[in-house]
Amino acid sequence: METAIEVTDLVVERGRRAVLHGISCAIPAGSVTGLLGPSGSGKTTLMRAVVGVQTVRSGTVTVFGQPAGSAPLRSRVGYLTQAPSVYADLTVRENARYFARLLGYGAAEADRAVTDVGLADAAGQLVGTLSGGQRSRASLACAILGRPRLLVLDEPTVGQDPVLREELWRQFHALAAAGTTVLVSSHVMDEARRCDRLLLIRDGRLIADDTPEAIRASAGTDDMDEAFLRLIRSHETTEAR
Amino acid sequence: MSARILVATTGRILRQLRHDRRTVGLLVVVPVLLLSLLYFMFDASEATFDRIALIMLGIFPFTIMFLVTSIAMLRERTTGTLERLLTTPLGKLDLLFGYGIAFGLAAAVQAAVAAGVAYWLFDLDTAGSGGLVVLIAVTNAVLGVALGLFCSAFAQTEFQAVQFMPVVVIPQVLLCGLFVPRNEMAGWLQAISDVLPLSYAVEALTEVGRHTEPSGTMWRDLAIVAGAVIVALVLAAATLRRRSG
Repeated sequence: METAIEVTDLVVERGRRAVLHGISCAIPAGSVTGLLGPSGSGKTTLMRAVVGVQTVRSGTVTVFGQPAGSAPLRSRVGYLTQAPSVYADLTVRENARYFARLLGYGAAEADRAVTDVGLADAAGQLVGTLSGGQRSRASLACAILGRPRLLVLDEPTVGQDPVLREELWRQFHALAAAGTTVLVSSHVMDEARRCDRLLLIRDGRLIADDTPEAIRASAGTDDMDEAFLRLIRSHETTEAR
Repeated sequence: MSARILVATTGRILRQLRHDRRTVGLLVVVPVLLLSLLYFMFDASEATFDRIALIMLGIFPFTIMFLVTSIAMLRERTTGTLERLLTTPLGKLDLLFGYGIAFGLAAAVQAAVAAGVAYWLFDLDTAGSGGLVVLIAVTNAVLGVALGLFCSAFAQTEFQAVQFMPVVVIPQVLLCGLFVPRNEMAGWLQAISDVLPLSYAVEALTEVGRHTEPSGTMWRDLAIVAGAVIVALVLAAATLRRRSG
């Protein structure tokens, strides 16, 4: 299977504190990979490194064989930041059309993305007047434009209603089925079961990198929260030795 | 740089401005109100009004565009849109020139209205053409935009950003020759004045006031201001980093 993202010994420091302590992993293309871990574990930092906006101390990140963030990748990688990064003083449609133009797409593609995130009815509304959930979907619309080869989504389902969340996950899988590699972070363990593959991260270290089934099997429990807890404990015992 | 991205970015910034009607209103009305104030202040002396109003037509767009741009760019940084833009094919210069062109166009409208009011309502008298006054005013506005883009890198909050106004704008206004003629200043003040771009903008405007035809000094001064714009944009580009901590 083709590898979409390859992270090797990635170390990131903020101030003098290490945020990521030598992370290595490979993410297969065309899959939905969940990046799970508690708040502050380094999820956003790892995602920023993958899109190439994070200063790294050492190690490498390559995306489709090219250094993360390099020019040829910029039109093929969609990035949803954790806080919605759209212009509050533009309408949803204007935002989508602007980001579409940057990538060389027309108005039709922008309108399709707005419809896909369920904002067709609010397309003419200023983003500043939307609810938090709608605002983050407006931001998501700008990330899925043009069906990128890699989609990096930082907590896309936070604050969305359950029906919509279901719909968003269905779309992530549809995108993956069409060949897009999706890397999606969440701090809700419940969302883990929806991923093809999981990366569990805690305190800047990877503690698991496998399919949800394999993780549950190795932890000996069906409950994802419990599995995470057991993995942390066994990880700490190994470290202590 | 890409023409497609530059046009899209300029359009996006103008669209943002269009949705903010109050800002557009303030941009157009404030210089006119201030000119009216000057008109009534110097009611008794037409020559003084002519001299000061002419210089103010250059100072207003510079000051206002500096403030507007530093806040706009700070917002790009703090709301995360800048980080996202830098993950797209957009180049740094596309963004910087986009701001320069968009706010330059807004400044052209502002300067045209202010100059129109000054000439027709308040009988401003200059030997040279009003078109040159607007040209210099717009160049000044773009200088304000370029310095605003650069200074926004040093502010983390809007509170900090507005404080760059007194730091960057007021010394230039004080030393540009409006209050004390530059050649009557102490040598060291004159030396400082010589490296501040606004001094040249004011000299260029004064030249338009004195000569019926555009003078060589005026073109040289305008070129210096344009050069300062380029320097400020290069510095601003250096503050835009794709990668940050």
